[in-house]
Amino acid sequence: MTIAAIDAAPVERVRGRGGGGPASTRTVVAYGFWIFLLSDFVLFSGLFAAHAVLSGNTAGGPTGAELFNLRNVFIETMCLLFSSYTAGLGALSAERRRQDRFLIFAVLTFVLGAVFLVIEAREFARMVAEGAGPGRSAFLSSFFTLVGTHGVHVTGGLIFLLYLMAQVVAKGLRPNVLRRLLCFSLFWHALDIVWVGVFTLVYLMGAR
Amino acid sequence: MDGDDRVFDDRTPGVEEYEPTASYLSYTAGLGFAILLTITSFVVAQTNLLWPPGVPMGLIVLAFAQIGVHLVFFLHLGSGPDHTNNVVALAFGCFIIFLVIAGSVLIIANLNWNMMDMPVSLRH
Repeated sequence: MTIAAIDAAPVERVRGRGGGGPASTRTVVAYGFWIFLLSDFVLFSGLFAAHAVLSGNTAGGPTGAELFNLRNVFIETMCLLFSSYTAGLGALSAERRRQDRFLIFAVLTFVLGAVFLVIEAREFARMVAEGAGPGRSAFLSSFFTLVGTHGVHVTGGLIFLLYLMAQVVAKGLRPNVLRRLLCFSLFWHALDIVWVGVFTLVYLMGAR
Repeated sequence: MDGDDRVFDDRTPGVEEYEPTASYLSYTAGLGFAILLTITSFVVAQTNLLWPPGVPMGLIVLAFAQIGVHLVFFLHLGSGPDHTNNVVALAFGCFIIFLVIAGSVLIIANLNWNMMDMPVSLRH
């Protein structure tokens, strides 16, 4: 086929699925991160399965109904939900190169995430002090593993966010920094999805 | 899609690329739906609005609805042709999650059912 023939060929309307040739770096990075997040969901699914099986095995110790404070869980849920919202708005501001607005939303996201972690840590400390630590029963082992793993993810997300805020201040909103921000907002929304499972399965069903 | 001259490209998960002003609306609508579903979950769990034995099923339905809201309004997953890769990956992830949860629960519940009762002398 000659060059003239290629030029004359009608523009093929690409239907996704890689038909348009190599995707942009941004698409590839986000897709790879999406695969990582799905593998993270698989990790959590194992912990959810363990908790679903073991939640009744309290070995004579305290049950969920005696331990859980649903008012705190509701506040935690709202913190994560609103921080997901501000993270989304922050990502939009970054896309539009509004660095000042991005930083405001990033600080709000960080504060809401930190409030969530403080409430969770105090709950854990109270339970351990009451003698309901992870060694008390199979129910509490699986509870601390599942909720603790989510808490560790949130902690990692906050460190990730601090690191990104420093990068935005130092380097500005360059394409590679924007790609990292995209990964962060995917990570943060994914943690909120995991929390929906946690508050439904662990707290609301466990407190009945 | 015939007659539409837009060139499709593989879509990045988490990004609404073509309508920038719609994105704020999308996040705000998603937040509204998510708050509504969360409050409904907490109310259903703590009252007898639903027939009590049906409450766990109701909570599971509400949780799936909220996960759907998060996927559509926050992660901007859609059904368009440019989302194919992301949605196929998600479908595979859901398949694995289903296998892990259903398989583990089935196997462990069965083992637990077959477990011999512990002698009284070993209990504390």
